[in-house]
Amino acid sequence: MLNTALDFVRSSKLVMFASALLLSVVLAAVFGPIISPWDGEAMDWEALEAPPSASHWFGTDLVGRDLFVRTMEGARVSFTVAIIAVTVSLCIGIPWGAAAGLIGGRTDQLMMRIVDGIYCLPGILIVILLVVMFGRNQYLLFGALGAISWLTLARIVRGQTLRLRNAAFIEAARSMGLSTSHILRRHVIPNVIGPIVVYTTLAIPGVILAESFISFLGLGIQEPDTSWGVLVSDGTQTMESSPWLLVFPGTCLAITIWCLNTLGDRLRDYLDNRTTHRQSS
Amino acid sequence: MRQYVIKRLLFAAITFFVIVTVVFFLLRLAPGGPFDGERRMPPEIEANLKAAYDLDAPLVVQYGKFLMRLVQGDLGPSFKQKDFSVNDLIAAGLPVSATLGAAALVMALVIGMSIGIAAGLRPGSAFDGMLMTVSNINLAVPTIVAAPLMVLIFSVSLAWFPAGGADTAWHFVLPSIALAIPLSADIARIMRGGMAEVSLEPHVKTAHSKGLPLPRIIYRHMLPIASTPLISYLGPAVAVLLTGTVVAEQVFDLPGIGRYYVQAALNRDYTLVMGVTIVYAFAILTLNLLVDIAYGIIDPRIRVASRA
Repeated sequence: MLNTALDFVRSSKLVMFASALLLSVVLAAVFGPIISPWDGEAMDWEALEAPPSASHWFGTDLVGRDLFVRTMEGARVSFTVAIIAVTVSLCIGIPWGAAAGLIGGRTDQLMMRIVDGIYCLPGILIVILLVVMFGRNQYLLFGALGAISWLTLARIVRGQTLRLRNAAFIEAARSMGLSTSHILRRHVIPNVIGPIVVYTTLAIPGVILAESFISFLGLGIQEPDTSWGVLVSDGTQTMESSPWLLVFPGTCLAITIWCLNTLGDRLRDYLDNRTTHRQSS
Repeated sequence: MRQYVIKRLLFAAITFFVIVTVVFFLLRLAPGGPFDGERRMPPEIEANLKAAYDLDAPLVVQYGKFLMRLVQGDLGPSFKQKDFSVNDLIAAGLPVSATLGAAALVMALVIGMSIGIAAGLRPGSAFDGMLMTVSNINLAVPTIVAAPLMVLIFSVSLAWFPAGGADTAWHFVLPSIALAIPLSADIARIMRGGMAEVSLEPHVKTAHSKGLPLPRIIYRHMLPIASTPLISYLGPAVAVLLTGTVVAEQVFDLPGIGRYYVQAALNRDYTLVMGVTIVYAFAILTLNLLVDIAYGIIDPRIRVASRA
């Protein structure tokens, strides 16, 4: 697994660049607030709305808080969102898709119609609805984001399961009398892991974007906590006098999205090529 | 074909009904009533208010009344904006949102298809690489960042466009572009894939060897096949667009239903949230239905299979 990952990273310069860039954002998010002398909530009265300088790397906001630290705290929120939401979507999407594909028939039809039904609703509206209902709780928000992003995953897993369902080795497992859950764990899931990894990589930017959209609208993360959406929203208010408040968090957001999109795309091509090679040789 | 359409119609109708029901019960069961203000109201007044909004009846009766009104196209009064019904607010906002969405979609199709066709004609060329890099960057810059930057550059610094409001067509230019950019990147990728694939087909080679002019080959022989995947993308695109209008209306200060939706969500104006959700669901399901039908007309497998 680790070797495959390393081979993939070495497969092209673009992938290397995107991986390195993403890694540096992650490292900055983890260690940035520790390295920086400033605290995210401390106000520097000497430097209110100050442009970037040697002491405040990204400048400061209206009340003198260090933007670099706040941006990195926002990054932590984005990566937490990504981890929680992706976990939730894996936990729902894989069993749902695998069950639909394996059981088949009317149950499969019903389960996939439910997916179709939710799929045509914009996920963000569902999340907003949940936020209205249950109030603003950030873990609820993260969970809700996961709960809307399992749909594509369920479709992919179902498709793969259908493909595998009639495969000879599954038939053999069935005829040996193995239980459905055993077949799922030992034979189906290892075979569908590739597309799942690709889709997960491509789903993360969607979740990060969704969180920042909702926070931007004022319905997500709230002060004094922060996220890229909150920072961009604040930056928008003051962009005429201090554009850096919009530019730095916005750029971090865009870089992260770009890295994840690029890595997901390349990984898909990479795994595709590998399977075709293996089949042809 | 007719059977296919009826099936789709039925699916859309059931989905709509389920959505409406779920939204109704979710919002009625939500903690906190609409009149939980800072001041306690005298019980008589609260009872009167509840009666006025039908909140004193059992839930099932409320649901029945709600459905009856909905069938007549009445979404009820707004909980927070006392003098307005939800219908008034939606009637005021919908034209703005619909114009914005339609303008953005047209713009995204024009930009995305042009880029996709140009890139897909010579896949792997430097030109293709450049166009795809541009559209990858477009995908990565979220609307919440791109839209304010556009306001800063084109409205504030250059003063080419007005910064807010919806008085003239001019007000819609920037928001439509902001919405169209990420969508056009998706469209360009799909179009490029379709063009690259179809250019290897024998009938396209035949057309080339007959000496047909390139625009004609593209228009007559490549586009109809290459744009089929685009049609199935239009369904999800509507959802993306809708989310985008909510943000764009916020940034560009357009008085559309997306703004009401966010305000209503912030004030917990349940009836307005419910009304806008229903309008959104209706719009999305209708557009998806149209896309499905268009797909059925274009895809010979569905057209021919159901004719037999």
